[in-house]
Amino acid sequence: MDEKLKNELSKQGIFTTSLQALYNWGRTSSLWPLNFGLACCAIEMIATTMARYDLARFGAEVFRPSPRQADLMIVAGTVTKKMAPQVVRLYNQMPEPKYVISMGACAISGGPFKQGYNVLKGIDRYIPVDIYIPGCPPRPEALIEAFMELQRKIDAQQLTGENRPRHLNAGEPSEFVVPQFGEHDLEPARNSAIWNPPLVQITQTGSDESGNR
Amino acid sequence: MNLETVKSEIEANVPGCRLEIVANPSPSGQHSLLLDTQHAAAVALYLRDAPDLRFDFCSNVTGIDWPDKELSQKVKVRKLVDGVEQEVEETRTTNIPGNLEVVYHLYSVEMKHGPIILRMRTLDRGTGVHLPSFTPIWRSAELQEREIFDLYGVIFDGHPDLRRLLMWDEFQDYPMRRDYADPDDYEYEPTAHDEVLQRAQQHLSQANPAQFSEAEGR
Repeated sequence: MDEKLKNELSKQGIFTTSLQALYNWGRTSSLWPLNFGLACCAIEMIATTMARYDLARFGAEVFRPSPRQADLMIVAGTVTKKMAPQVVRLYNQMPEPKYVISMGACAISGGPFKQGYNVLKGIDRYIPVDIYIPGCPPRPEALIEAFMELQRKIDAQQLTGENRPRHLNAGEPSEFVVPQFGEHDLEPARNSAIWNPPLVQITQTGSDESGNR
Repeated sequence: MNLETVKSEIEANVPGCRLEIVANPSPSGQHSLLLDTQHAAAVALYLRDAPDLRFDFCSNVTGIDWPDKELSQKVKVRKLVDGVEQEVEETRTTNIPGNLEVVYHLYSVEMKHGPIILRMRTLDRGTGVHLPSFTPIWRSAELQEREIFDLYGVIFDGHPDLRRLLMWDEFQDYPMRRDYADPDDYEYEPTAHDEVLQRAQQHLSQANPAQFSEAEGR
């Protein structure tokens, strides 16, 4: 619709919009996060919701204790291998549309525990992540920035066409494989459909060259 | 509180127990008592209940893995070489079998003394090694003994609830043992070195052998 005509009409008291803008506006403005935290990042997440940082300004003040009522999963903290199946199961139980923010170094890659035997090296091995926030832990401002980035991402989504979001595309999965406890590691160790390690030529001198994936 | 006097006091009151002082050569000089497994429970009970000792608080329990060691020594031996007796240097290797060790730190809140450090050793580093549990004597040892069972594989006899604590029940390995091998969940790291670098190169060569050998040749 012509932008000038839209402005002219709004001066007359007639508001026009597209279904897409309305639909995206609705989803953008009431992202209800799932009420769970895994480690110290959760404390920052809680601080973000409190009066000083006030996440309620972004329509995300209602932390739901049930995955059935939540739109957004904030993976806040270290995901141990023992906890990973539960996190994936919670994600599977959330209704579409659903989004994931991977908060902090641990949720992104395992962080300081990356070389350990009991920490998952990034939740993106099992579930698709929309926004990553680095930090250990990230400040509340960083979480708010991630929220705004997610809102921008949702605002830009097309409802039709090739690039439409997952929940409008029946061909895309909404549930992901829940890893099982194996004898030596989680099985499978990653969901190859959504995550594969980048193969990069690493030399002793530290200069990297991207390999072919 | 002198460890020697405590040792002789225990020996006088717990018949048949064999104690050994493990010296700590560091400046802290925190020497410890090595208990024999048969009398360990009796010694622990005595330490807790004797009126002049009263070690009522077990603050810390930890495990140590001592892997099998190969000790090589150079020994001078007189030997017949080409019909002439000569002094020849020979290297002799002796295998020192490893074991698993559990360490307890005890304090007395009532008498305001401590710590006294107890050690127990298993016979070997196998999968079914047993030690007596001190949980019936000091309740605070319960979770820490479970942790040692989980990470080192020491089975504590007499523990009321011996399950894995940090890892899942189906897990078969003991991650804190020296010979534990990590699962190979490779991931790119920008500053890889040592083991991680080796692993990265291994994965790369498996995924794309042609490109890897080309990069090697450069």
